[in-house]
Amino acid sequence: MSGFDLTGLTASFGGERVIGPLSLSVREGDRVALVGRSGAGKSTLISLIHQQVQGHSSLVPQNLGLVNALQVFHNVYMGRLDANATWYNTLTLIRPFAKDAREVKALLSELGMPEKVWIPAASLSGGQRQRVAIARALYRNSDLLLADEPVSALDGPSAHMVMKLLKQRFRTSVIALHDVELALAYCTRIVGIQNGQIALDEPSEKLTPADIMPLY
Amino acid sequence: MLSSPTVRASLIFTAVALVGLVFADIAITAANPWKDLGRFFLGVVTPDFFSTEGLATALLRTVAFAFVGVALGSVCGFLLALVYRAYPVRIFCAFIRAIHELFWALIFLQFFGFHPLTGVLAIAIPYSGIFAKVYSEILEEADPEPGRLLPPGTGVVSAFLYARIPDCWVQMRTYTAYRLECGLRSSAILGFVGLPTLGFYLESAFSQGHYSDAGAMLILFYVLIATLPLWVRPKLLPVYVLGAPFFLGDGMPIVWGNVARFFTQDIVPAPLKGEEGWSGMGTWLGDLFITQALPGIWNTVILTQIALVATGIIALLAFPLISTHFGGPVRRTSGHVFLVILRSTPEYILAYILLQLWGPSMLPAVVALALHNGGIIGHLIGRQSSSIVLRPDAPTGLDRYTYELVPRVYRSFLAFLFYRWEIIMRETAILGILGIYTLGFYVDSAIQNIQFDKAMVLILITASLNIGVDILGRFIRKKLALQTMPTC
Repeated sequence: MSGFDLTGLTASFGGERVIGPLSLSVREGDRVALVGRSGAGKSTLISLIHQQVQGHSSLVPQNLGLVNALQVFHNVYMGRLDANATWYNTLTLIRPFAKDAREVKALLSELGMPEKVWIPAASLSGGQRQRVAIARALYRNSDLLLADEPVSALDGPSAHMVMKLLKQRFRTSVIALHDVELALAYCTRIVGIQNGQIALDEPSEKLTPADIMPLY
Repeated sequence: MLSSPTVRASLIFTAVALVGLVFADIAITAANPWKDLGRFFLGVVTPDFFSTEGLATALLRTVAFAFVGVALGSVCGFLLALVYRAYPVRIFCAFIRAIHELFWALIFLQFFGFHPLTGVLAIAIPYSGIFAKVYSEILEEADPEPGRLLPPGTGVVSAFLYARIPDCWVQMRTYTAYRLECGLRSSAILGFVGLPTLGFYLESAFSQGHYSDAGAMLILFYVLIATLPLWVRPKLLPVYVLGAPFFLGDGMPIVWGNVARFFTQDIVPAPLKGEEGWSGMGTWLGDLFITQALPGIWNTVILTQIALVATGIIALLAFPLISTHFGGPVRRTSGHVFLVILRSTPEYILAYILLQLWGPSMLPAVVALALHNGGIIGHLIGRQSSSIVLRPDAPTGLDRYTYELVPRVYRSFLAFLFYRWEIIMRETAILGILGIYTLGFYVDSAIQNIQFDKAMVLILITASLNIGVDILGRFIRKKLALQTMPTC
């Protein structure tokens, strides 16, 4: 079960309502792209969904949430800390097991950065950091992907590669994207957010970039 | 300029110190102070490293006590930091760190005697309180985002190890290393109450007029602290920590009967032991307060306020010595050496030396406190001033100092000064043991007269005074919106 229903959703910052009230229902197999101007409430909506599903999702937040002092391996491994016993996690912190190292390295190879596995996250470039956060979400291997601008720091070909990978690995996803082309190419459903409200909700095959532009 | 709150605060504190000077006992009472000072400096430049065989042992013991005490303190402090949110824990930590290492040593000496445990606990207990506070501040500042991203069902320990510790690790390591340096100083002065560390040999060398021996000890101590980064390596640390307990010396065995007697009889207030009971407590406490606590508090506060302002003046004068905006590399290097010496000499040793040379009065204490603390703040401010980028046509010389640099560093200067206020007061109280009439003097006399009940009450009063000044210092820093980092 990876779909969810949200009704009467609201969020306020400092007494000012930024989201809702809105309702959104996502069924298993939906690939939702959240589009809209910056500040429209996309990030808030993503974190609200994250709370609503009680963390049972692979999340790529906009600020990535990497632990800078840890190596890339451990940052990726953190996606599955719940799957292992505490003693196993503690040992892994000191000396990773070969099985996990292989798995993480394979993931990083798919993202085009296998040589970075033992490098501290602090010394990575912006694009590399973003891919580490994506690797963590992939390693987490949950049914639902929640991602906030996951390819904003990547160049064109890498962005396509990552979006393709995310499409392959996650049956259900909600991705905030400001790139309309990517949204139409990799998502099945476009949800436009304007002033904290849903202003558009259509299957992507019915839409062209021109239909989405008024939102910006 | 008078409208600036920081300037007004500075002027008020200066005025208080000037009024304090009227009441303070400032004098050079020694018959021949300059000749003695000359002989001391002659001793420092002609050090004799081989006269006392005890020198090497004293250094070894100093290092061993520092390592065991700081290691134990950091482990306990870390555990306390995990529950630091609880109010009783905060109070407990504030209380144990408000009592100086030497006071703890004096307490433990009464029932553990000259057992190594006395020295270890004297360092470990106050350091636990300090570590708990600083570690918890560091842990609180860690980025909370990675923790929020963890899959639900992640164990508490795993979450802490992955999402919390790595972010704080470098800062905690830096702070612990800094504390180790402080621990070496604490360990050295524990010798002044009879433990087998450097202070013990320094005192005996001084009392016999062996200035070259004293000079050798001081020089070795500076070398020990200055080379700390070279011999304290992360990989060697387990070796040191595990090995240190074996080099504490044997001391004297603990007599457990003394321990029991101390808690059941010695520290019970005299009226409760006698026939008067609780009805006699009022007069007993009142008498103690008027004859000892009040004069002790009065002298401690006066001395603290004078030393605080003197510290500020020294710091402002000293920071250009290492600032890149003045002088060439030669002057800066000598400035660095000078400030490292000021910083590495414990104020207690400095006060002891000056007291031997100038005779008893508040003057040696003020000078010692001002030189040590002024050296520390001057070093920090100097380093900060070097990171300021001046416009190419900025004025030079005194104009550069007064117009470009001092206004820019003044706020952090004040922040450091108010942060050290409580530390200066804690030290002022303890300098009483050397014969200046601050609270430490009355504590020490009570112990010498075997009146441990009175000594405990006086120590409690000293601790409350320190906590009060700490709270006041924090209030003023908040009021003036001054920020500071814990490593100072």
